[in-house]
Amino acid sequence: MKPGGLTFHFHKVSDWAWLTGHIGYFWQLSRTHLYIALVSVAIGLLLALLVGCLAARIPTTHPPILAVTTVLYAWPSLAAFAFLLSITGPSDTTVIIPLSAYAFALLVRSVTEGINNVPDDVRIAATAMGYRSMRRLLTIELPAAVPVIIAGLRVATVSSISLATVASLIGVSTLGQLFVAGENTDFLTEIIAGVVIVAMWALVFDGLLLLSGRMLTPWARRVS
Amino acid sequence: MIAAASTSFGGVISYLTSASNWRGSSGFLERILQHFEYSAETLLIAVAIGLPLGLLSGHTGRGGAVLSMLSNASRALPTLGLLTIFAILIGVGLEAAVIPLIFLAVPSILVNTYVGIRDVDRSLVDAARGMGLRPWQVLFRIEIPVALPLIVLGLRTAALQVVSTATIAAYVGLGGLGRYIIDGQASRNFAELGAGGVLVAAFAIATESMFLVCQWFLVSPGVRARARTS
Repeated sequence: MKPGGLTFHFHKVSDWAWLTGHIGYFWQLSRTHLYIALVSVAIGLLLALLVGCLAARIPTTHPPILAVTTVLYAWPSLAAFAFLLSITGPSDTTVIIPLSAYAFALLVRSVTEGINNVPDDVRIAATAMGYRSMRRLLTIELPAAVPVIIAGLRVATVSSISLATVASLIGVSTLGQLFVAGENTDFLTEIIAGVVIVAMWALVFDGLLLLSGRMLTPWARRVS
Repeated sequence: MIAAASTSFGGVISYLTSASNWRGSSGFLERILQHFEYSAETLLIAVAIGLPLGLLSGHTGRGGAVLSMLSNASRALPTLGLLTIFAILIGVGLEAAVIPLIFLAVPSILVNTYVGIRDVDRSLVDAARGMGLRPWQVLFRIEIPVALPLIVLGLRTAALQVVSTATIAAYVGLGGLGRYIIDGQASRNFAELGAGGVLVAAFAIATESMFLVCQWFLVSPGVRARARTS
């Protein structure tokens, strides 16, 4: 580590030959990275739908669920990774468990908020048409909550892709490996490449979710 | 393996309750203070950037698409990567930790402020205008008080993310509560590592509670009642 001071070293920034020679390596890291980040979001979403529906159905469960998710969300990812390391070792599971917990914590709020924001007249109309509470939840309230859930899913996915880099600090090779290696050798090109690739993947999946949200809610488009 | 986890749990408790671990330049008190310094400085700057921009675009109804694009891009930047870049470029210091955390904190503040102000009931704004209030009076007397719950939620989310992410500052050799996690992991000292985790989580919960209390005092009872009935 160098002494402080605001001296910039821009000559270290771009090393094109190194970049083009490592495209296969970037792809290999991207695959593990995206596998970990996206599987975590999927698990988090599944749990959030189950628990979120429960919280919306039985209001008394809402405050304790919020309290638990706040604690989950506040727990530093690095500490969670390192702590699980003593149980599951440096494997994908060690990273997927905390990342799923984050996605879950974020998405539970979206699911309950989405369901609670369904206008009362929609709910009353469905009841009048003979929908029982379970069928009403699944076929009316949940679809009506899709825009809010997708909004939460976008934040969860982008955060998960960004957070998966931290896994490299405990020896699981995600794209964060580029930061660790670049830090060790003071090689800026490698770190900047990592930042750009991570941001690119995050924006790609963010865009995909935005599009699928539009396709899932055709009624929202027609009204506006 | 389960046995290993439970013995380390006992270790965490004794590490946390040992008085000698609280004192000195690498004691808990000093590290908590450093962690607070990184987090508070980040939040102050993030508020100075995000709040005026959010208020302005929410009030004028312009630039929402650009702001949400910028916020998404900012969220997509991995904090760990930015931290290592700044540590190399400007050296290991307070700025190297604070700048990357600002990228993390601004989006929640900006987006929540913008949405809060934009979604204020238009009939309220029209009534205020009809009563002869100037645009800045409409903003400060009508829009901000009504949007306050959402604005505070944005601040709270940002604070929570900053407090829990400030732990990685220790990776480039800075202080804060992340020190115990990085050092504990390097030396396989799970008691130290777990103690660090518990302290950061406690710090985060204290932050969250502080914002909840602030919200209770800041938000006017009328707005609170509206939120409850709607």
